[in-house]
Order: sequence, then structure tokens, then C-alpha cells
Amino acid sequence: MATTTLPTGPIEPDATPAAGTAASSRFGGLRRITTAVREAHGVPKFMLWTGAVITALFVITAVFAPLIAPYSFDTYRAGGTNFPKQGSPDGDHWFGTTVQSLDVLSRTIYGARTALEVMVLAVIFSLILGVLLGLVSGYFGGWLDRILVLVMDALFAFPYLLLAIVAGFVFSGVSGGGVVTAALSITVVYIPQYYRVVRASALSAREATFVEAARAMGAKPSVVIRKYLFGNVIQSVPVITTMNAADAIGTLAGLGFLGLGIQPTEAAEWGYDLERAIDDVNAGMWWTTLYPGLAMVIAILGFTLLGEGLNDVLNPTMRRRRLGKVLLPDHTRRRTVTASALPEAPGATEGEAVK
Amino acid sequence: MSNTSKQSGSLRRYILTRIALAVPMVLILLILVFVMMRVAPGDPISSSQGGKLNATELAARRHAAGFDAPLYQQFWDYLKSVVTLNFGTTFSDRRSVRDIIIENGGATLTLTAGALVFAAVIGIPVGLLAGRYRDRPVDVLSRLASTISYASPVFVTAPLLMLAFGTTSGQASPLIQLNVPTQTHILIVDAALDGDWDAVTDILQHLLLPSIALGLLIVGVFIRMIRINLIQSLQGDYIEAARARGVRERHVVARHGFRNALVPVITVLGLQVAMLLGGAVLTEKIFNWPGIGRQLIDYINQRDYVAVQGIVTVFALVVVVISLLIDFVNALIDPRVRY
Repeated sequence: MATTTLPTGPIEPDATPAAGTAASSRFGGLRRITTAVREAHGVPKFMLWTGAVITALFVITAVFAPLIAPYSFDTYRAGGTNFPKQGSPDGDHWFGTTVQSLDVLSRTIYGARTALEVMVLAVIFSLILGVLLGLVSGYFGGWLDRILVLVMDALFAFPYLLLAIVAGFVFSGVSGGGVVTAALSITVVYIPQYYRVVRASALSAREATFVEAARAMGAKPSVVIRKYLFGNVIQSVPVITTMNAADAIGTLAGLGFLGLGIQPTEAAEWGYDLERAIDDVNAGMWWTTLYPGLAMVIAILGFTLLGEGLNDVLNPTMRRRRLGKVLLPDHTRRRTVTASALPEAPGATEGEAVK
Repeated sequence: MSNTSKQSGSLRRYILTRIALAVPMVLILLILVFVMMRVAPGDPISSSQGGKLNATELAARRHAAGFDAPLYQQFWDYLKSVVTLNFGTTFSDRRSVRDIIIENGGATLTLTAGALVFAAVIGIPVGLLAGRYRDRPVDVLSRLASTISYASPVFVTAPLLMLAFGTTSGQASPLIQLNVPTQTHILIVDAALDGDWDAVTDILQHLLLPSIALGLLIVGVFIRMIRINLIQSLQGDYIEAARARGVRERHVVARHGFRNALVPVITVLGLQVAMLLGGAVLTEKIFNWPGIGRQLIDYINQRDYVAVQGIVTVFALVVVVISLLIDFVNALIDPRVRY
């Protein structure tokens, strides 16, 4: 970051555009993303960082669930006595207990773990398959491309929850109700999204001069795809990935809610818990619904904010770049800039470029 | 004269092309559904009836249902059932899937319509406000709200709504016994046709919470889409031209901005139908709403393959047909769409 000339203030001078483009051309796709993230400001910056913090908390909770949760997800008794059935929140059970005498707090915390496991698996599966198919389809074209486009369009047109339901229905018959089965059911939904985006960028990158040059020099298709297409195409993926991660949490819970997700004996799962809580709701008991529901909404919100923030930052049509202050060495000394960090400060070029 | 005939010609050509393009799409969808349903090991009969019947009876049932026929034969039968709009007969209760659609479709239609109305009533004004006052508090608030609504699945918002309003909204009370003649299979329309306004009120009361729960799922998308459309249309040259002519800012925004921002709403609607149908399945289960989605869940729990296959096929076809219709409407409104 080019902060050497200016002290750190409320408004950090961003890397100059020139430095940004130079770096990106040298280091390829991911560097362009980090530069854009550093240049973020205003609402996108807020969303990005709020999302990142929530996501980090979610991951920490999930990873350290056994250390954080007072009990295991299937503990219904401790110290020789059973937990109360549908007990309201108190000192022993902060979030109350369920109809099965399970501790809601523990189940909520362990639910994060299950959600993370399934989410990571689903994202990895669909990322690998979607990117691979998209690259091959976009680069080679031909009949394979046409068929794949048709199939993916059909999958895309399908109501996504319905697709996951059908997949869950089929897979649960094949491989039981574990984490992998749930992840596979969700994967089916997201492959088309990666495929579409990657194929489109592969198509346009294929025509780029540097790819043509590589081909002219006799590079094999596998080399062209790996070395030249991949780096260009992969930039469009982070936004989809975070959005999919958010979606995956909801879809998993939807499957669990319908009894098609993870078996209740295997892990704690928010959707299953919410389904069990519907009867409690009719009886006016709020804690079995509120806590797992809130946890899920916060987790989804974290990933959504992260994805939206990234999108606003990376998408050039949405980006509003803050213009850096131009220092006129003759008239302005550095100290005055530190003092007048407000946008309205005189002596600074002010304005926001739309687009 | 010649100009108009040329235009309608291009519209007709566009519609015909679009239909022709939809045919392979439908075929692929059907193949997908068929393949997915056949990926499962064993066959529908043994997985639903296994354990209840002995081997010879199972074989007889399998034969009767055609599950021992070669796959292409089965696919052909499936295609025939789709073309004749029959969609097969369920195992568990011997209902024709077509009857399920006719009898329960009305409830799903009512629910999704209610959700759309809610989403439009809330989403359009909020989206316009947010776009008009970009980056001002109202915009930030509405973005936050729409993100939260997007992040909240139906099965979280619905129970919370029930907890908050369940007793006051009359949701908890059972539907009053309706003695209205069945005409359209859409309960509320039947009641209205019969002139039974108490029944209509009661149905509307019961419809309120499910519609809000389902509508909240898509209202965020509405807000976001309209906001972006307005922002983009306010950047158009014609806006600048209007301002340069001295048109008052309020008129610029209302006449030139809003109108153009609202046209894409139709497209948004089309894109949301798939999401609505998925959400309807969950909403119907939560609120015990007697629609197709709840039927689907019941048949899934009974592992009734034919019913699941038939209902899923209908859902897929509905999505395709609606996206076709949306394209036609778009082509009618916006000549640029027809090339």
C-alpha cells in the first residue's frame, strides 16, 4: 500500500491506479482482487468487513464447537439427571432445552460445525466440477459445449430448492444421510452457476491476443487452459463462491427441515431443529426456534455481506472509486492533510466517479 | 402500414423462435428428471413396498408398473404421460398426478400470488426510494433490510412470524368449514363466486402470514433490482437531456426514471418464479397449506417415485412456460428484445 507519503488517517490514500494495474498485470488475477478490496470504501467496505468478521466468527465457532459448547449435540443428561424437557432458558441451559431434552445452545453451536462441513464440501465439489466443465466447454466448444450448455441451462431453470430436494431424495436412497450426501445434493444446484460464469469468461479469454499468441507458439490446449485461461477466469469465482456458501447453509437447512438432510443421529443440524420446533411455536415456546434460526440467519448474512461487498468492489459497473487526494507540494504541507481528513477539505480534489 | 406489419412479423418470428428453442430445453429437463429418478438403486416398487410384499408379488407389481421394461421403453412411457398431461399414477394412493395438480394447484397458486403481491407492494416503493436517494440513510437501511430478508429462510421467518402474530392474525384457528361448490379448485375464487364473503375473509386471514413469509424471500431481490435499474436509468443521456431542458427534478425522476426502472420488474418476476415455487414447498409444509408442495413432501416421505417424478416434472414445465411468457411480454413491451 502506498502509504509512505502520507500518515494513516481516516481516509487512507489508496494505491494509485497506476500501481494497481502494474501489479495486476504482473501477478495476475488474485492480485487484482486484493487491490480492489483495499480500494473499497463506503458501504461496500462496510459490508465487506462486517461480512468478513461474521464469517470468521462462524468459522471459529464451527471449528472449536466442542470447546465452546457446554454439552455435546446429543447429550440429554448430565450428573445423573436428565435435562428438563422443553425447559425455558435458565442458568443451566442458557438457550433452554428441546422436546428431546437436548441443550439448545449446544445444538446451535454444533449446528455451525455441520453447516460449515457441508458448505465447504459442497463449494469444493461444485467449484471443481463447474470450473472444469466451464473451462473445457468454453475453450473447445463444439458439440460437447452445446450439450453441456443445454443441460446446465435446464438445471439452472429448475427451482433450486426443488433440485436439491430431488437430489437429496435420490442420494439419500443411495448413500444414507451423511454430510457427504447432503453436500452432493447441494452441489448439483451450484455447478451450473460456476459453469456459466467460467464458460463465458473462457469464451472471451479464448479470443484474447495473448491466448492467440500462446497458441501460435504451439502451446497445447492443456497448457493454454492452465496457464492462460485459468488465471483470467478464476477472478469471477470468489463472488459466486461466497454467495453459494450463503445459499448452501440455507439449502442444507431446507433439506434438513424436510427430513432429507443429515440424519439427526449424525450431527446437529439447524434445519432439523427448526422442524422439530414448529410444534413448540404453536405452543408459544420461542427459544427452540429463535436461537438456531438466528444463528443461521447471521451465518448466511455474513457470507452474503461478504459476497455483496466483494461484488460491489470487483464489479466495475458498481464500483465507485474514491479519488485519491492530489497533493500539491508547493502549497500544501503534509501536516495539513492529516488535520483536514474530511472529504470537504479544501485543497483536495473531491468527487466520486460514478462507474 | 407496411411498417406495422413488419413489426408484428418480427414479433411472431421471435415468439416462434423462442418456442422452438424451448422444445429441446423441455426435452433435456425431462431427461434430467427421468435420469435422476433412475439413479437410485433398485426400483420404485421395491423401495416403497420392499419388506411389505414377498419376492413374487414384488415382481408382479414391478411388471404391472412397467419397471422391468428396458429403460428406453420406460422413458417413452414417461414422455407419453407428459405429452398427454397425465404424468402417471401414484403408487401409494393410486391418484393421477394430474388430479393432484388440479386439486392442490389452486392453493399453491393462491399462495404464490399472495407472496408476489406482498413483494411488489413493499419492494417497488422501497426499491425506488433507495435508488433515488442512493447512499443516503434510506438506501443503506433498505439494503440492510433486503440483505437480511434474503438471508432469512422461510422456515426461520415463518415460525418467528407465527410467534409474533400467530394469535392475533387468526392463523392458529382452523379454517372454517367451507361449503362452497367446487368450480375452479381455487378455494378463494370458489368462495367469492358463491358469494360467501365470510369464507373469503377467513381464507385471506389464513393466507396473510404464509404470503408474508414467502414474499419476504423475494422482496429483497425486488428492492435490489429496482434500485439498480433506477440508478442506471438515472444515468442515461435522456435524463441529462430532460434536466438540460429544465424539466423539474421531480418530474425527471418520476416520468423518465421510474418508468424505465420498472419495465425490468417483469423479468425479475419471471426469475423469481423458480425461487417462489421452491419456497412454496417449505411454506406449505410449515403452515399446513394444502398445495402441491405439501403433497410433494408427503410423497417423498412415502418414497413414491411416480408421484415425485410427476410433480417435479410439472414444476419444471411451469417454470419453462412462465419464462417463455415473460419473454413474450418483454418482446411486446420492448422492441429491442426482438432483435
